[in-house]
Amino acid sequence: MLMRRIGRSSGASRSCFFISRGGFSTTTATSPDGTTLLPTKTSTPSSSTKSINLFTAINQALHIALESDPRSYVFGEDVGFGGVFRCSTGLADRFGKKRVFNTPLCEQGIVGFGIGLAAMGNRAIAEIQFADYIYPAFDQIVNEAAKFRYRSGNQFNCGGLTIRAPYGAVGHGGHYHSQSPEAFFCHVPGIKVVIPRSPREAKGLLLSCIRDPNPVVFFEPKWLYRLAVEEVPEDDYMLPLSQAEVIREGSDITLVGWGAQLAVMEQACADAEKDGISCELIDLRTLIPWDKETVEASVKKTGRLLISHEAPVTGGFAAEISASLVERCFLRLEAPIARVCGLDTPFPLVFEPFYMPTKNKILDAIKATVNY
Amino acid sequence: MALLRRSPHLLKPLTPPPPAASALSLRHAFSSDTTPITVETSIPFTGHNCEPPSRSVETSAKELMTFFTDMATMRRMEIAADSLYKAKLIRGFCHLYDGQEAVAIGMEAGITRKDCIITAYRDHCIYYCRGGTLLGTFAELMGRKDGCSNGKGGSMHFYKPNNGFYGGHGIVGAQVPLGVGLAFAQKYNKEDHVSFALYGDGAANQGQLFEALNMAALWDLPAIFICENNHYGMGTAEWRAAKSPSYYKRGDYVPGLKVDGMDALAVKQACMYAKEHALKNGPLILEMDTYRYHGHSMSDPGSTYRTRDEVSGVRQERDPIERVRKLLLAHDIATEKELKDIEKEKRKEVDDAIAKAKESPMPDPSELYTNVYVKGYGVEACGADRKGVKAVLP
Repeated sequence: MLMRRIGRSSGASRSCFFISRGGFSTTTATSPDGTTLLPTKTSTPSSSTKSINLFTAINQALHIALESDPRSYVFGEDVGFGGVFRCSTGLADRFGKKRVFNTPLCEQGIVGFGIGLAAMGNRAIAEIQFADYIYPAFDQIVNEAAKFRYRSGNQFNCGGLTIRAPYGAVGHGGHYHSQSPEAFFCHVPGIKVVIPRSPREAKGLLLSCIRDPNPVVFFEPKWLYRLAVEEVPEDDYMLPLSQAEVIREGSDITLVGWGAQLAVMEQACADAEKDGISCELIDLRTLIPWDKETVEASVKKTGRLLISHEAPVTGGFAAEISASLVERCFLRLEAPIARVCGLDTPFPLVFEPFYMPTKNKILDAIKATVNY
Repeated sequence: MALLRRSPHLLKPLTPPPPAASALSLRHAFSSDTTPITVETSIPFTGHNCEPPSRSVETSAKELMTFFTDMATMRRMEIAADSLYKAKLIRGFCHLYDGQEAVAIGMEAGITRKDCIITAYRDHCIYYCRGGTLLGTFAELMGRKDGCSNGKGGSMHFYKPNNGFYGGHGIVGAQVPLGVGLAFAQKYNKEDHVSFALYGDGAANQGQLFEALNMAALWDLPAIFICENNHYGMGTAEWRAAKSPSYYKRGDYVPGLKVDGMDALAVKQACMYAKEHALKNGPLILEMDTYRYHGHSMSDPGSTYRTRDEVSGVRQERDPIERVRKLLLAHDIATEKELKDIEKEKRKEVDDAIAKAKESPMPDPSELYTNVYVKGYGVEACGADRKGVKAVLP
């Protein structure tokens, strides 16, 4: 059986990479027998689906990833028994303790170790128990993982590395179980940052991330682990990276978000609809490299933009989206671009309801933007 | 398992037993008696690159009574926190210390309030021993204004600056380099004081710990590293996380001492020894062999990775409060009934503090913005629409 090594220059030249003007590339993946798969947007209608929640969808993705590639590994703190969010249940039993194993309490070690494992052509799926704990590994991600291919002139790479971390508010998480650090990583060329909004998205996106020949940081919205339930296809399917999805069509204002925040924005859109404002809602899905084209097309249609995320507003990723869209759509904009985000404070304990970008804050901003 | 140890033989006191007296005067007479009593620790100390201190610890009736009283209060405090959490009055995270009380009280007995202590998130009892109040504890746990951190920290962030308690920390291992920094400041100011950085067996595998050890040893800092080894890092047993679970040896060039962390007197002796050592010879590691009865936090039942027999075994054989109780009874310092009365009294104190804490109000919403920066920085924060609502951060 021909095993394709990830990211080998021979592989790269045969896969359909192209960099468009906007800076996003289609990703392809190789299956173990060497054929190149093209990404599919949705699964075929004939495949069966099952109603499952987010952690089950992620669990299924991990099972498929480990099954389809014998050189893939899942490791992290407490993943052996199933993980603190049950995302890795059954993996150790099915694939053995040599492929699914616990690490000691050392995030820097986990990611560094993962980079090395990936450099040897393996798919290393590292779990950081909470995104709040990812900072000891920040150096490894930024200085090692992101720059490995670049600094070696494509002689080496750690494309097989995928780092999974639960992120975001959960209602009672406090300072260190609620953070959204995606903005820090979006500032690093060389890695990809992907955030799913629902179980079906998560399974497809995670499989794409694992099979993507670049290192990826995959943030999972922990609030949705049990709360979000959706019909998810049972088979192996992948969703394209660097492609945003318009999940609600509208004509008056474009809203952009990712992860758990989309559910809140959806509610705000529904409320705005009652007031006669037609909102278009876009799920960015991949934060870097992000799909500027889709957002630009939407803003050219509506003339207004609102971006929302849980992370603090200053320096949050909404700032990047805002600046890029002003560059591209300045003359078309009818109102300043609105950002409804977390406040510029550490994530609070009892004040969480005040800190969060709630539906009403978004609704307020929608109305203010439309009535500008 | 090495966890279960036989009850120690208690030595007869070297001073003759006191004359019989009425129950009340007996307790009164002996709770303030400071005549030295010598007690042997349950097991000898084990040293790594250092000469371990003697097993014979000098204590007094007063000290033993303080141990008992304080440990009973702490035990009651943690169990009350458990009930409050289940009643959803405490939200978020709550990591309980019951079983490990001897480390907190023994350490306190061996040092002064000018020595600094810094620890991780299992900090309620350390805060209490450093002069914290029950009201401060419960109000903070419930996120109220009267809490020790004004309700903004929660369970993991208790502080007591006047008494040298530099707090609880949420990120595992992050407090250890901080502890070394505290020690540097003390040495620079030519103080005769030391800093104790506490961490757990899980944190012992963090890189920053070894960075801190190297710095402390290189610069001869009066930093004492205390590994509170309760044998489980969340649900992971020590032998599954560490190649060498002899945490007192992991300092290599930094000497270490292994201590029975369930014996308050052994902890006291070790801390006194460590302080003396650190002021002369630089850093030292103390491994406290201890145990927690609760799970890692309130979301962990604590029974999926260890058997109930193990927990109840430790509770029967090594419970720190029981050990002190037996000492008090054997030395005729107090009667069974008096000790039970003390426990009842402390239970009532805890209940009163909880009632008072429940009345305390939540912090004012404006507190969301305070103390992000130093006061008067004047950072502007905008409302959702960026036009109407604007506030200048205090």
